Amino acid sequence: MSMLHTVNKSPFNHDSLSSCLKCAQAGSTVLLIEDGVYAAREGTKFSNEVKDAMKNIKVVALAPDLDARGVNNNLIDGVEQVDYAGFVSLAAESHSVQSWL
Amino acid sequence: MSEIKKFMYVNRKAPYGTIYAWESLEVVLIGAAFDQDVALSFLDDGVYQLVKNQSTEQIGMKNFSPTYRTLGDYDIKTIYVEKESLEERGLSIDDLQHLIWEDEDEDWAEKDSISVVSREELGKLMEQQDVVLSF
Repeated sequence: MSMLHTVNKSPFNHDSLSSCLKCAQAGSTVLLIEDGVYAAREGTKFSNEVKDAMKNIKVVALAPDLDARGVNNNLIDGVEQVDYAGFVSLAAESHSVQSWL
Repeated sequence: MSEIKKFMYVNRKAPYGTIYAWESLEVVLIGAAFDQDVALSFLDDGVYQLVKNQSTEQIGMKNFSPTYRTLGDYDIKTIYVEKESLEERGLSIDDLQHLIWEDEDEDWAEKDSISVVSREELGKLMEQQDVVLSF
């Protein structure tokens, strides 16, 4: 079983996303939630960093948080979306969860 | 109390993740009662506050983004959005709500409230203020 990482901070304000992407091992999943979802969009200062990481890890974004912020468009290719039930499933499927606060 | 001062509210936080954006809007609306010369600026993650099509039903929080469209009715006509902050986030003015005010001297013609300004220009505008309130 792999590990689930969650990132809830904007990549522009905190280095949580960058640190997480550097630590996350191949096969693990990074779930973007709350202000973390801004990292899911194409064309930002961080999209190349996310795309690089996606060669080895899965990046998922919480759809309700994308919708709330009006940024559920122009996402990076390959970023999956989940709802709250999907969040629970990801946590249940993982042997542990690390929240990058 | 008769002296009119230049106020700028500086908004640098994304909506919903923290309370700053909502608090700023509340203070702006309260302050609008005092007939001062008010400008709002949005930079860094603050530009996300103005993104259109926000829909918060599923996160159980109040969607306060429609409130920005009422600012013109409170005589708040000057809204600066920093160009570099938009670009770093892959955003353009078209991703933001269209905010207007009505000019009573020109038969209530609708005019754009938002000006996109460079970081350089915004820095100069900040220096011209009597009061800067940062959120």
